[in-house]
Amino acid sequence: MYDSGKIIIGIIIFIALFTFPTWYLFTSGEAAPMPDLVYPENEDQKECVYSAEYMRASHMDLLNEWRDIVVREGKRTFTTTAGKKFEMSMTNTCLGCHSNKAQFCDQCHNYLEVNPYCWDCHVDPSQLENQ
Amino acid sequence: MDVTRRKLLKLAGLGALGLTAGKYAKVFANDAFTETTLSEIGTGKRWAMVVDVRKCLVKEDCRECINACHITHNVPNIGNTKDEIKWIWKEDFENVFSDQENHYLKENLKDKRIPIFCNHCDNPPCVRVCPTQATWKREEDGIVMMDWHRCIGCRYCIVACPYGSRSFNWQDPRPFIDNINSEFPTRSKGVVEKCTFCEKRLAEGKQPACVEACKEKALVFGNLNDQNSEVRKLLKENFSLRRKPGLGTEPEIYYLV
Ligand code: HEC
Ligand code: HEC
Ligand code: HEC
Repeated sequence: MYDSGKIIIGIIIFIALFTFPTWYLFTSGEAAPMPDLVYPENEDQKECVYSAEYMRASHMDLLNEWRDIVVREGKRTFTTTAGKKFEMSMTNTCLGCHSNKAQFCDQCHNYLEVNPYCWDCHVDPSQLENQ
Repeated sequence: MDVTRRKLLKLAGLGALGLTAGKYAKVFANDAFTETTLSEIGTGKRWAMVVDVRKCLVKEDCRECINACHITHNVPNIGNTKDEIKWIWKEDFENVFSDQENHYLKENLKDKRIPIFCNHCDNPPCVRVCPTQATWKREEDGIVMMDWHRCIGCRYCIVACPYGSRSFNWQDPRPFIDNINSEFPTRSKGVVEKCTFCEKRLAEGKQPACVEACKEKALVFGNLNDQNSEVRKLLKENFSLRRKPGLGTEPEIYYLV
């Protein structure tokens, strides 16, 4: 093999550069900062419509379900397992408690690179005040 | 069994006829059309609206109903007719009832502005052509609904509707809404919209926003299947017009002239 020395050095440099982001992260020990979620403050807003674990994992499915029940079946009231009643509405109910959408929904979604298009139509009232 | 080719073809033909018989029966049944619809009356609800044009014309350039509707539903005011979005709007009588031959009726109404809406047809052509069922007729009350989540913006429904009741969002409507009402979502670029008979307000036990806003009480809303409803009474006591009845769409907005 001709120039094997040069080739091997070239390959080593290539691998080092190619994997740089991975081992840099490992050695520097810095990950992207965890999202710092702001929760509802009011006493009567201390419980979500389901448990926090369930909501973390399944709120997107719940919202799709609400959407279909409201728009296609024309029903609008949701009762929690504890018997509390809510209107099935993203703006009026979810954001009614999680009124700081930017520090809650958006924080988490940005961290996870999720970009729901719902807000093209659904209104975030806190944005309106800034207008 | 001894089946000749001839026999087989005959049997196949008979079978095919049987399969399609249901369809043809329906076509012929249309002759007895009035009987079937009248016999259906009494089951469930059938929302409809009566527009008393005489009362409406008391204040000719009034826009109370339009404003109320458009504020409730975040309908943008785009400002040019090419892109405009409308749930309620007004046209000259002559254009609204272009099939009316009666010249004397036309004489005094000719260029009067008449309010028009989605007709919530009993036989809605928009529903037939929608490829995603983003628009459909609710069996329980006859409202022709919109599911904005499903609309893909193909605009077949706009072509199918003989009344021009549907508008397309050629652009993001938000910059054209003066005060966004957070109680109702806006729409986005690329979807179709129209009147929903205030389906949300009805669910809350209220009258449609336009009916509530009309000071002249020219708009009356109610259940056609209820013999004692005000709409039925008005239709019994007055002669009424519907838009383009010859098309067979069975519009559910009635005009008293
Ligand atoms: C093109 C506009 C549009 C988009 C995009 C959109 N929606 Fe909607 N949505 C509406 C409209 C209009 C209604 C009907 C509101 C009513 O009848 O009260 C609605 C109703 C709903 C409802 C029930 C009532 C309410 O006000 O919340 C839910 C839940 C919902 N949508 C969820 C979603 C979710 C989740 C997304 C994103 C994945 C989404 N929507 C995207 C327009 C939109
Ligand atoms: C009555 C007030 C209230 C309503 C309404 C409400 N939430 Fe919550 N939500 C909370 C509270 C309080 C928590 C924190 C609960 C906990 O930590 O035990 C929470 C937690 C959550 C979490 C989990 C966050 C985490 O810690 O990981 C998600 C996701 C969430 N909510 C989404 C929603 C959505 C989507 C809706 C609308 C369908 C909604 N919430 C409606 C009060 C509410
Ligand atoms: C704890 C983190 C977290 C919080 C807080 C959170 N979400 Fe999510 N959200 C997610 C994750 C994870 C997904 C799923 C992404 C996927 O499946 O690709 C998601 C998806 C969604 C989707 C579906 C997006 C799509 O494209 O289908 C909607 C709608 C949504 N979230 C709404 C909300 C709303 C409204 C809130 C605030 C009330 C909220 N989320 C708060 C983590 C969060």
